[in-house]
Amino acid sequence: MVPAGASAAAAVLSAGFNSIRATPVDGSERAPYCMMGVCFDCLAEIDGVANRQSCMIEVRPGMRIGRQMRPRMIDPQA
Amino acid sequence: MEHYDAIVIGGGLVGSAIAYGLVRARLRVALLDEGDVAFRASRGNFGLVWVQSKGDGAPHYQRWTRLSADEWPALAAELEAKTGIAVGHERPGGVHLCLGEAELEARHAMMERMRVQSGNLGFDYRMVDRRELTDMLPGLGPAVSGASWTPYDGHANPLNLLYALHQGFAENGGRYLPNSTVTDAVAAPSDFRIQLADSEISAPKVVLAAGLGNAELARHFGLSAPVRPLKGQILVTERARQVLPMPITTIRQTVEGSIMLGDSQEDAGFDTSQSPAVMQTIARRALLSFPWLRDLQIVRAWAALRVMPPDGLPIYDQSERFPGAFTANCHSGVTLAGAHVNLFAPMIAVGELEPALELFSAKRFDVSVAA
Repeated sequence: MVPAGASAAAAVLSAGFNSIRATPVDGSERAPYCMMGVCFDCLAEIDGVANRQSCMIEVRPGMRIGRQMRPRMIDPQA
Repeated sequence: MEHYDAIVIGGGLVGSAIAYGLVRARLRVALLDEGDVAFRASRGNFGLVWVQSKGDGAPHYQRWTRLSADEWPALAAELEAKTGIAVGHERPGGVHLCLGEAELEARHAMMERMRVQSGNLGFDYRMVDRRELTDMLPGLGPAVSGASWTPYDGHANPLNLLYALHQGFAENGGRYLPNSTVTDAVAAPSDFRIQLADSEISAPKVVLAAGLGNAELARHFGLSAPVRPLKGQILVTERARQVLPMPITTIRQTVEGSIMLGDSQEDAGFDTSQSPAVMQTIARRALLSFPWLRDLQIVRAWAALRVMPPDGLPIYDQSERFPGAFTANCHSGVTLAGAHVNLFAPMIAVGELEPALELFSAKRFDVSVAA
């Protein structure tokens, strides 16, 4: 539970998670860090879209915040 | 005082390519870098290994560019084998997109001129109409009328190229001297003394490869390098899955997934600031080409100064007053890396530039001499 207006990253940290993703370079774990949109360590897949900076997104009921397992998928025909 | 077989002034893509070629030829080489204060065009490039737009009206430049692009695959393989660094070179061919019929006609005319000028070398290009282009490129915007394509074009990671050249240079016994601005120089035929802040080094050969710094350095060595800064700006998107199968003149996707958007050519002196108006122009043209780019975040944007000779063509010279002093200046340091390592460096090792490079001499700018 987090106050209204909190970021998705804050929600993840409040829920007790120590990390939010693994780096593609060597697989080591990373957690949200700067909480202000400049470090890119808080990247997560939010509501099916990868590469989201979770600290810059206001959490909402029912939001699906997941570990990023694949690159940002782009549909050129969309 | 330390003595070398050759001193290369400037450790960017041009200098490090030449220095690597020289240590490969078993010369003892010192490679000087000025440090972070330098303008460093080598961090401000796009990464194209590009042939199709080069040398309209200058067949010798078309030929030199083709030779360099043809050397690239072997250079990339050699650098990876020797240093373990992958420069990510791919050569699927490349396209130049045309928005509107007028652009397409102008491009076709230029391609045809290049083919005629190429003579026996030949120039294999195709104008691709919109229907075929939509099979080649996903999600092509409705504003695109067609494109020119050649099989000679490709791209690579220029930062990894610089890294690999430096690594290869060091591993072959080269001596890298960073933070070593040249404060003074004494030149005599085949005898050069280069003054640094607190030391002096000497060699019978010196190569001026300091990019924008060459204009000032040249006068110490009986050379002329009238290059000027040309600002360019780039936008970079977040990493996405691989979508683009080939590079476009102003849009390319890196191996890591970032999509780079260019380009601009701004005559702004030594000003390196970004400008929203130019960034908007770049973004607008990219969106006209591929509307799906609108869903990607821009995570990074920068401006950098590139090197531009007066007519856009490289300047290669050996000093007549002080033989042994050479200079290399160009706009396309990435594309010409193949030639600089495998063709130009061996000429310096031997001590003479081949006749094919005579047309690149700075003498061409001296109207009284050319007349």
